Amino acid sequence: MRPEEGTIQSRARAIEAVLGLLTDQPVIICNGFPSREAFKLADRPTHFYMIGSMGVAPAIGLGVALAKPNKKVIVLDGDGNVLMSMGTLATVGALKPKNFIHVVLDNEVYGSTGNQPTLSRVVRLDQVAKAAGYVHVERVREREDLVYELKDMLGKEGPSFLLVKVTEQAEDVDRVPLEPVEITNRFKKAIE
Amino acid sequence: MIESDDFVRALQEIGFNFFTGVPDSILGGIIATLMEQRLYTPAVREDEAVAMAAGAYMAGKVPAVLMQNSGLGTSLNTLLSLNLIYRQPCLLLISWRGFQGKDAPEHLVMGQTMTQLLDTVRIPHRTLSEPTAVEDLNWVAETFTKQRIPVALLIKKGVVKALQP
Repeated sequence: MRPEEGTIQSRARAIEAVLGLLTDQPVIICNGFPSREAFKLADRPTHFYMIGSMGVAPAIGLGVALAKPNKKVIVLDGDGNVLMSMGTLATVGALKPKNFIHVVLDNEVYGSTGNQPTLSRVVRLDQVAKAAGYVHVERVREREDLVYELKDMLGKEGPSFLLVKVTEQAEDVDRVPLEPVEITNRFKKAIE
Repeated sequence: MIESDDFVRALQEIGFNFFTGVPDSILGGIIATLMEQRLYTPAVREDEAVAMAAGAYMAGKVPAVLMQNSGLGTSLNTLLSLNLIYRQPCLLLISWRGFQGKDAPEHLVMGQTMTQLLDTVRIPHRTLSEPTAVEDLNWVAETFTKQRIPVALLIKKGVVKALQP
């Protein structure tokens, strides 16, 4: 599409657009603001909200995807998270689960700890994913491009990687009020 | 010495049906058996492996993770801030490198302190031995089901047949 063109949107607007295209697919959402914003925008029992263990969202998603090959699994991740566990891009790229979509909301900072810069300003995570073996890789900014590409990925065999450049803006959101064990039980039941 | 085929069969009999991990020489025989039977999903790091196990558990599987005890260090934060607090049980099959100080230098500190470390973070553990293998696996199944947290079974050199003697 048009990688570096168009108006950049906030992460919350991007999450809203992603969740707007989904129904009952399992969604793993990384720790920090992405989980909090997703909970506020649209809470569903098919959402697994992480509160710790930064970096392992795609690994959790991979476990779900391998165990449930008939369900499309979506991982909502951040750039700091991907950089922390870049090896998992290789695991996904090598195993090639067809039902795996990795959406990375890239604001180029560690937003939950004071906006310290990440390396995604200089390291192209989409190119890393491509080199690791993801089948479909796209990099977008604008909402309409995000919607177009994600719709396309939902209809294709993956693994797919969608890098969405977003602003540093964070919504005024509380922590996810659910107990971790409640999140597990609810998600487990919802994806049975 | 326990044959790796028998060990894998025994794990399957008590329900384990998703295996991932990072290799160690002590676990080489078990991993070879799992790979022959196409039961093993290789991970690149142990924190990735325990997170994959968490996902597989929530998707209805009964997961086991194989790792060298150095991997316990690598996966500790994920075990504590994911598997443990979210109550996502898995069996940790951990090879006990550095047991009684007889190993390469990099294994000695972990070899000496591993059981205390597991006690400190409240991960239940037991050491596999051939004469008690049936009870050991019954303990694994019971602890896994009752506590719904990661459970560790420690494997010393020479207890389960490895690739090289």
